[in-house]
Amino acid sequence: MAGVPEPAAARAAHPPGREGDSGRGSDSGSSSDGSRISDTDRLSGGSLRRPGKAVLGPDEIRRALARIGHEILERTDGASDVVLLGIPTRGVPLARRLSARLGQTEGLAVPVGSLDITLYRDDLRLRPARTLGHTEVPDWGIDGKIVILVDDVLYSGRTVRAALDALGDIGRPRAVQLAVLVDRGHRELPIRPDYVGKNLPTAKRESVRVLLTETDGEDLVTLTVSGEVTR
Amino acid sequence: MKRHLISAADLSLDDAVAILDTAEELARLAERPIPKLPTLRGRTVVNLFYEDSTRTRISFEAAAKRLSADVINFSAKGSSVAKGESLKDTALTLQAMGADAVVIRHSASGAPHRLAGWVRGSVINAGDGTHEHPTQALLDAFTIRRRLGRLDGLKVAIVGDILHSRVARSNVWLLRTLGAEVTLVAPPTLVPVAVGTWPCSVSYDLSAVLPGSDVVMMLRVQHERMTDAYFPSVREYSRRYGLDTDRMALLPDHAIVMHPGPMNRGVEIAADVADSVRSTIVEQVTNGVSVRMAVLYLLLGGAPEAGGPQGRGSQEGRDGGERVLARAAAGHAAGRGTEAGL
Repeated sequence: MAGVPEPAAARAAHPPGREGDSGRGSDSGSSSDGSRISDTDRLSGGSLRRPGKAVLGPDEIRRALARIGHEILERTDGASDVVLLGIPTRGVPLARRLSARLGQTEGLAVPVGSLDITLYRDDLRLRPARTLGHTEVPDWGIDGKIVILVDDVLYSGRTVRAALDALGDIGRPRAVQLAVLVDRGHRELPIRPDYVGKNLPTAKRESVRVLLTETDGEDLVTLTVSGEVTR
Repeated sequence: MKRHLISAADLSLDDAVAILDTAEELARLAERPIPKLPTLRGRTVVNLFYEDSTRTRISFEAAAKRLSADVINFSAKGSSVAKGESLKDTALTLQAMGADAVVIRHSASGAPHRLAGWVRGSVINAGDGTHEHPTQALLDAFTIRRRLGRLDGLKVAIVGDILHSRVARSNVWLLRTLGAEVTLVAPPTLVPVAVGTWPCSVSYDLSAVLPGSDVVMMLRVQHERMTDAYFPSVREYSRRYGLDTDRMALLPDHAIVMHPGPMNRGVEIAADVADSVRSTIVEQVTNGVSVRMAVLYLLLGGAPEAGGPQGRGSQEGRDGGERVLARAAAGHAAGRGTEAGL
């Protein structure tokens, strides 16, 4: 359920902690189903009857990840020192897919893990305490490796800021890079992605939602205009 | 989540599981090179201890510090309490200092409940009289779940001085919530009168209970609270209700032996039992830090009030995951209708 935008009023007072995704930090695992259904209810009801415009379909998502995989190979000298760390919830399956793709095309076993950033967020005090996601770093650690953070949507950049802080407490990678499926703009921090599946110009009042088979049963990226925001 | 943790009986199954799951993640973070987290930066936790305590106070202090909270330790000895200051005046002093959470241990049952009405921050009960000690029960449940993989359907025997034990009370309620079956084992004189209203069974024969138990939790005989003679002699108590090697052999192979500490070796538990591989006594201390971190995080890590800051209600629909939590918390608050609970 990526990309539900921050409501303007809340945004004015408090910048969001997660780019384009205000819910993922708390919907780890078990609650993702419930949250997705309720979100759909909201989108299809009330002032808003449009289901959202499909931006990327399954084939496009597959091709985008394939291209990112090739770019990773080119820019990391064959990805021999790479560790892929997905940011829960939907960054994790994306990281796994990238690792699997590198395994199929190049025969590489690229280690993959997850990095929960909940405890490093800068907006913890703005909402009730969130359920923690799962952090799992490959056994041999990240010291001296090239860590590629993987997330679904890049928005304000605050998630990535938190992820960089979290990484610093785990080890000292040789370099950190960032791969995202969708870059929707509106950065609030000096952060840029190294690998982008799709650049998607958006207005702040629009929502980008990323659905993945592993978490949502289908591969789809949609863009919705939230009709509720008044400014 | 609600504001206070005063009684394990206030925790719903969802609350309890949320605490245990959070503790599980936090326990994994403790293995990292830098186990410190920035989560509670700028928050102040006051340890308000009117009774002596080593492990609980240190455990709360370590938990708060790992989450980067500022910790102020207050013990009644050598403080203005020795000069006659009341609990309420002390509470107002803490309030004026801006305490976000007060961890209180007090010899009077109900002191944390009173305190919760006086201070703005969260109150966490670290043991009040013979009433409750909820974080101990949570760490016991966490230890059982880690060792045996589950809690639902387990048979737990709690043995010893039930009458004076806040650990037993908290464990009875929490383990019941989590689906375990609790049997209290004690001499009749050390079983509380009201035990019939508790969700557990009672036995006076330890050897008969042990073969069917997955967990046996030994309690300390609290001589300092005993104003009467509750049993003829320590030796007789030890013979009938102590856990020695022979009795331990009656347990099933997978069963574990727990003790909340401090132990009286040779009274309720033999030294070689306490040091055996079945014993989880040292693990319980380690797990205590993770569980208390989880409690502090869930009470202090989010917005001050359940449901988030004012004015966000109309917008909460945008965030499904968070809303589930908020709704759960609100539901619990409504269901219980008191300020107690998490």
